Amino acid sequence: MNKINFLKPDNQNLSTYLYSGSFLFFIAVFDVFLSSFFGMNITSFLPNFASFLLPLILGIIGLHLIRIEFSGIKNLDLLNKHINTNTFNAILTLLIIFTIIKSIPPIMSWFIIDANIAGDTKEACTGSGACWTYIKIWLNRFIYGMYPNELQWRINISFILLIALAFVGLIPSEKIKKFLTLYYVVIYPIIAFILIYYLISGGSLGLEWVETGAWGGLSLTFIVSFFCLIFCFPVGMFLALGRRSQLPTVRYISVGFIEFWRGVPLITVLFMSSVMFPMFLPEDFFMDKLVRVIIAISLFEAAYVAEVIRGGLQALPRGQYDAAKSLGMGYWKMHIFVILPQALKLVIPGIANTFLALVKDTPLIFVVGLLEIVGMLNLAKTNPEWLGFAMEGYVFAAIIFWIICYAMSKYSYNLELRYKTER
Amino acid sequence: MSDKIIQMENVNKWFGDFQVLKDINLEVNQKQKIVVCGPSGSGKSTLIRCINRLEEHQKGTIIVDGNELTEDTKNIEKIRADVGMVFQQFNLFPHLSILDNCTLAPIWVKKMPKKKAEEMAMQQLKQVQIVDQAKKFPGQLSGGQQQRCAIARALCMEPKIMLFDEPTSALDPEMIKEVLDAMVNLAKAGMTMIVVTHEMGFAKEVADEVIFMDEGMIVEKQPTKEFFANPKSDRTKLFLSQIL
Repeated sequence: MNKINFLKPDNQNLSTYLYSGSFLFFIAVFDVFLSSFFGMNITSFLPNFASFLLPLILGIIGLHLIRIEFSGIKNLDLLNKHINTNTFNAILTLLIIFTIIKSIPPIMSWFIIDANIAGDTKEACTGSGACWTYIKIWLNRFIYGMYPNELQWRINISFILLIALAFVGLIPSEKIKKFLTLYYVVIYPIIAFILIYYLISGGSLGLEWVETGAWGGLSLTFIVSFFCLIFCFPVGMFLALGRRSQLPTVRYISVGFIEFWRGVPLITVLFMSSVMFPMFLPEDFFMDKLVRVIIAISLFEAAYVAEVIRGGLQALPRGQYDAAKSLGMGYWKMHIFVILPQALKLVIPGIANTFLALVKDTPLIFVVGLLEIVGMLNLAKTNPEWLGFAMEGYVFAAIIFWIICYAMSKYSYNLELRYKTER
Repeated sequence: MSDKIIQMENVNKWFGDFQVLKDINLEVNQKQKIVVCGPSGSGKSTLIRCINRLEEHQKGTIIVDGNELTEDTKNIEKIRADVGMVFQQFNLFPHLSILDNCTLAPIWVKKMPKKKAEEMAMQQLKQVQIVDQAKKFPGQLSGGQQQRCAIARALCMEPKIMLFDEPTSALDPEMIKEVLDAMVNLAKAGMTMIVVTHEMGFAKEVADEVIFMDEGMIVEKQPTKEFFANPKSDRTKLFLSQIL
C-alpha cells in the first residue's frame, strides 16, 4: 500500500480515491435531492450556513479526489478531460447539477402534479398548479379563432391537403424532380391561395362565406406566416440584386425602399396598412384587411431578407462573376445559375433567423383587429368567467411557438447540410 | 483582314488616376500563339481581361473577330461566348459537379441540347484527362485537376480564342506540368491563344511571339526565338536574366 496523498490523487491508489471521491459526490447530490424533493435536511444538526454550503464543499472534495490523471478508465478520463478539469469547472458543474435538481420539483408540480385538467369550469381548478382546463376549454378558439365551429372542417381539410402536398418533393421520380423548384416556388403557393380563398374563405361553390375578421388562432398564425414567408423571399431577393445594380435608378429605388422599411416599426406599418392605406384607395375599391396585413408584413420583412441576401452576394469571390461572364452569360443567367445558388446557400442561417423573427412578429397583427393565437389568448384571459389564467395561456403559446420555431430551425439546418459542398 | 482576329489600337485604361494600359497596339492573327510576360503590376492581366471586356478600356478600339467592343451588352455577351478564358484561381463553380460546370454555359448560352452538351463535355474532359472525375465537385479535386477542368469548361463553348491569365501561378510545382501539357496539346490543335505566364519553357515550346510588358506598355514584341536570343531593350534583358 502506497502512501496516500489526498492533495494529489494519482492512479497508484486508484480505487481508494475513486470510491471515496464518488461517495462524497454522491452524498452531496443526495443531500440536495432530499431537500429539494422531500424537504428533508439531513445536515440540520449543523449551523444553517454550514448546512447550506456542505453539499457544495463535499462535491468539490469528491470531484477533486476523482480527478486522477491517466487513470486508465476511459469514461473517467473523458469526464476529467471535459467537465472536471479544475476546481472552478467542478464548482460550475456542481452548481448546474444542483440547480437542475432544485428546479425540477416546482416545475413538475406546476405543470403536472398540482395541475388540473378535468372538468370544464373554472371551479374545477382546485390545485395550486396550472389550470389546463382553461386551455382545454378554449383550445378550439385558440386554434380556429372565431371561425364557426360547424365549418372548421374546411380549415382542417385545407391544412391537411397543404401538408400532404408539401411532401411531393419526396417522391423519388426523375420526371417530377425536374419541376420541383417550379412547383414549390410557383404552383404550391397558388394551390395554397386557391384552397384558402375557396375553402376557408368560402363565398362560392355553395360554401358559406366566413369573413377574415372571424379567422383567428393558430390557423391564422400559419396562414399569415406562410404567405409572408413566400412573398418576402422573392421580393427581398430582387431588392438585394437591385441594391447592387449598375443602374443608378434601380439602385436608389432599392436602397430607398430597404431603408424606409427597416426604419419603421412593424406595428406602425400594420397600423398604417389598416388606417391610412384605405384613404388613398378609390371609394369602391375594397381590399381585405388580411391581404393588406400580409402585404405589409411581406414588404417589411423583405427589406431584412434583402440585406441578408446582399451579405451572401458580397461574400462571393469576384472570380465567380468573372468566370460566369467569360462564358458569355448575361446578368440573369449569371445570377440564376452561378451567383444566387451559392449566395443563398451561404445565407441560409441568416434567412432562417429572419423567418423565425417573422413568425414571432405575427401576434402584432392584433393592432388591426386580427386575433391569431396570442390575440385569442388575450381575449380569453379577459373573459369574466376565466379571469386569472394568463400564465397558463402564455406558457401554452410559448410552447406552441417554440415547437414551430424549433421545427423551422431544424429544417434550415438540414438544408444547410444538404447543400453543403466542399469548396 | 480576315485572319486578324484581335485588333487593339491605342488602347488606354485607367484605374482611378493610375494608368494601367498606355497606348497598347496589338494584332493577333488566327491560330497565332502569343505569350505575354512581364513583372507584376505591369498590366498584362488587365490587357487580356480587356479583350473579353471583363475590364472596360477608356480610350482606343478593340476589335475581336470583326466586332468592336462597346457598351452594347448583347454584343459583348456574344464575343465572350467566342472567347474562352482560364483564370489563375480556376474559378470553377463550387456548387456544380465537374460535368455540370462544363455543360452549364453550352446549355444555357448556346442553347445546346443537354445530351449533346454532356457528350461534348465528356470529350473535352477526356482531352484533359479528368474524365473519371466528372461526377465529383471542384472542392474534391487537386489544383491541377481543377485548372484542367477550367480549360475543358472554356473549350466546351467551342471558342475561337483562348485567353490564359497566369494559369499555373496558383499551382504546386508538380501540378504545373499537367496543366502545361494540356495547354500544349491545345496549341498543337491550332487554337488561337494569348497566354500570360512566367513559364518560359512553355513560351519557347509553343509561342509564335512573345510580348514583354512593363508599366502598362508593350516594351518588346518579337518572334519567340528572337525574343530570347537577342532582346532589344535593356529592361527585357534584365527581366530575362532574373527569371531564366
